[in-house]
Amino acid sequence: MGLTIFFAIAGLITLWVIITYNGLISLKNQVLNGWKQIDVQLKRRHDLIPNLVNSVKGEMKFEKETLEKVIQARSQALGATGVADTAKKEDVLSNAIGKLLAVVENYPNLKASDNVKQLIEELTSTENKIGFARQFYNDIATKFNIKQQVFPSNIIASFFNFKNAELFEITVAKERETPSVDLNT
Amino acid sequence: MEMPLNIYEQQGKNTRATWLVILVFIIFFALLGLGLDVFFLGFNPPDNYFPFATLFAIGVAGFSAYISYKDGANPVISATYAQPVDISNFKEKQFDNITEEMAISAGLPKPGAYVIADPDPNAFAAGTDQSNSVIAITTGLLDKLNREELQAVVAHEISHIKNYDTRLMTVIAALVGGIALLSEWAKRGFWFSSKSVRKSKFGKGGAGALLLIIWLVAVILAPIIAQILAMLVSRKREFLADASGAELTRNPLALAEALKKIEFSAEPTRSISYGTAHLCIIDPLGRRLNNKEGIVAEIFSSHPPVVKRISALREMAYRYTVPK
Repeated sequence: MGLTIFFAIAGLITLWVIITYNGLISLKNQVLNGWKQIDVQLKRRHDLIPNLVNSVKGEMKFEKETLEKVIQARSQALGATGVADTAKKEDVLSNAIGKLLAVVENYPNLKASDNVKQLIEELTSTENKIGFARQFYNDIATKFNIKQQVFPSNIIASFFNFKNAELFEITVAKERETPSVDLNT
Repeated sequence: MEMPLNIYEQQGKNTRATWLVILVFIIFFALLGLGLDVFFLGFNPPDNYFPFATLFAIGVAGFSAYISYKDGANPVISATYAQPVDISNFKEKQFDNITEEMAISAGLPKPGAYVIADPDPNAFAAGTDQSNSVIAITTGLLDKLNREELQAVVAHEISHIKNYDTRLMTVIAALVGGIALLSEWAKRGFWFSSKSVRKSKFGKGGAGALLLIIWLVAVILAPIIAQILAMLVSRKREFLADASGAELTRNPLALAEALKKIEFSAEPTRSISYGTAHLCIIDPLGRRLNNKEGIVAEIFSSHPPVVKRISALREMAYRYTVPK
């Protein structure tokens, strides 16, 4: 009798370990997948920027500084490593693009050009996708981290050496500084 | 703030409802077949007559339910003449982009983006799986809404896909069509073979006549009941999709604006017929009934009053701006 109870309990514990471990692995993969989503969009943005800069620079001779800031921020972002660093540098790039798009508003010739209109739409869309992918990634990463910290799943997490996922975020103060630019035109 | 809506509960509810609808559909077919057997084909169990029509009807019902599930959005796409987006067109490309944006925000595979050439603004989502779903909008919607409003509409449709509303709706759309067709067929069968009723055992007594009348009434009413069911199902879900869509974009006011614009271009959407009306964001038939309250409107309208939806969204926007 005692032996039966012992085996039953051992069986239940094993089952719990397996389920918890698999849950953690599944979340980890979702986090990686979420990060890939962001990465794809960031790359797309990096590709779009030179095109936009080339098609507007003829008209915007007097906005050299704005254009240079975008180019500089882009090359900085290309060299970013790790989630936190990427988040910071990409944010600088977002701001630079926001300023550029705001300035483009003042050039009716540019706004009327089909090519520029298309590039702006693509950039706006990519910008949105980055935002949504970031939201999705942060949600899933937070879920992953919480599961590693709460009892009893934290036992499994520390035993198998799971690491917390870094959040893709910008400090709140900086977010407030960001000028609100209406990209929806 | 309120607790966020639990998407998994909603998904579970929709999955169960879908199975229930399919089951009811098959039972309805079986009863219809049984009626044919008993009243017209002289089905008398002691004489060991084979219930041919019943089995045939069950087979047809099961097969057509399976086909409509497999087919996903295809019948709806061809019925509304929806075309895949043309990415060389600026506005359509924008719509395609927005669809991908909202799919990312909801964590879904990107649904197919389709455009219907119709000047009346409207939109719907269809499909039986998150991976075979489509979002279709009319050219009128594309012309009348700005980017933000279009995003709000697409977010609303994405929410329908995410919580499996579209699966339920698409299956209902296919099966309601099936029931209407079959009921028509059974009625004709009755007129042509009403003489044979006398031959059957049930045709003689008063009880038999009563059963026949009940069966006939059921056959005649079935399409109407199915339609009411479809509307009941869709009306409840619009508020929920409005709310979860606004949660995706964090911009409830854009959806409120879009609904207003769609509603006030009041002409009916010609390309969208009765059978697919419950899929749309706003009733395409322009029925004024939707904006009335009370029991009749509650039963016969497929969408809640737009005014109510807009005020719910405004309230949401207010909650977003007031700090917790």
